[in-house]
Amino acid sequence: MTDTSVFETEKEAGFGDYFALLKPRVMSLVVFTALVGLIVAPVPVHPMVALAAILFIALGGGASGALNMWWDADIDRLMRRTQKRPIPAGKVAEGEAFSIGIALSFLAVLMLFLAGGLVAAALLAFTIFFYVVIYTMWLKRSTPQNIVIGGAAGAFPPMIGWAVATGGVSVESVLMFALTFAWTPPHFWALALFVKNDYANAHVPMLTVTHGRDATRKHILGYTLALAVVALALGLTSIGGPTYMAVAVVLNLLFIRGAIGILRRDDTASYADNHLAERKFFKLSLAYLFLHFGALLVEATLGAYGLGGW
Amino acid sequence: MATQIQAEHELHRRRLSRNVGLGIVLILFVGLVYGLTIAKVGTDPLDDLGIPGTEAGQ
Repeated sequence: MTDTSVFETEKEAGFGDYFALLKPRVMSLVVFTALVGLIVAPVPVHPMVALAAILFIALGGGASGALNMWWDADIDRLMRRTQKRPIPAGKVAEGEAFSIGIALSFLAVLMLFLAGGLVAAALLAFTIFFYVVIYTMWLKRSTPQNIVIGGAAGAFPPMIGWAVATGGVSVESVLMFALTFAWTPPHFWALALFVKNDYANAHVPMLTVTHGRDATRKHILGYTLALAVVALALGLTSIGGPTYMAVAVVLNLLFIRGAIGILRRDDTASYADNHLAERKFFKLSLAYLFLHFGALLVEATLGAYGLGGW
Repeated sequence: MATQIQAEHELHRRRLSRNVGLGIVLILFVGLVYGLTIAKVGTDPLDDLGIPGTEAGQ
């Protein structure tokens, strides 16, 4: 055995490295929102079908994550945050990630077709296509609105869950999509305001760099206001109700207050307290999405006892 | 000084994790498809399997 081969075997992947290709943290959001979409739908689903559908939606999301890592391997090597991913770390070969991503994409879509029907499978296929081709390959490196586009891909799971149950698309499912879609930009841009990142090294245009931090603050408030409209509109649909509405009103008031607070600050104030307002806003954004979808679940649960809804 | 040959190299552990992990995933997948099949074809009271005596309502 030569020294070279010893060195290479040191980098051989374990099971966890392949699992890391599927971006498990993103998958947890996918699983949660897809599950809510499926449960709040007016058509009951057999628990086994629900379990299978959620797993295949998660698998499809994971597969698109692997394809994203395959395409972005060149810039992942340049940024500190992503250097430990399986491909830049040398654990998984690029071609291997591509094969896994493609194979799992087809498997997930086919199996979701069998479990949840044509509409759900078509939506999953479109989500993968959108995330990999439209976002990763095309827009991520060409526009500072990349976060907005990427957010759309992450917003599809509740729509897919709804489609598994009902076999279609409706106002409710579109508004659940819009909730995550409008939530993503303020969430990520707040993060971009206080985390030192090296997107510039990798030539990825981030709003904070291309248009400046003040423009980013304005964008955060704009999307936060749009988000409030969507969140309240969702409360007026068949899956909303007093509980959801109460949660939505409180959270959106807090969120708008936070966004205005950020807008009023300049960089001097922001650096002076180590971005305290931005950090608080980011923390709130995590609770915001979780509690909105959680409140929808509460409405559905109360509905089973004749208490939920309007 | 002679290097001691280790029977269990770290590499073996990683290969084992891959094999065991994949094995578990495949078993779960088979179980999932089996469960899905039972749920899809076995629980609908309106199913007419085309066998005399199994029509809905009988």
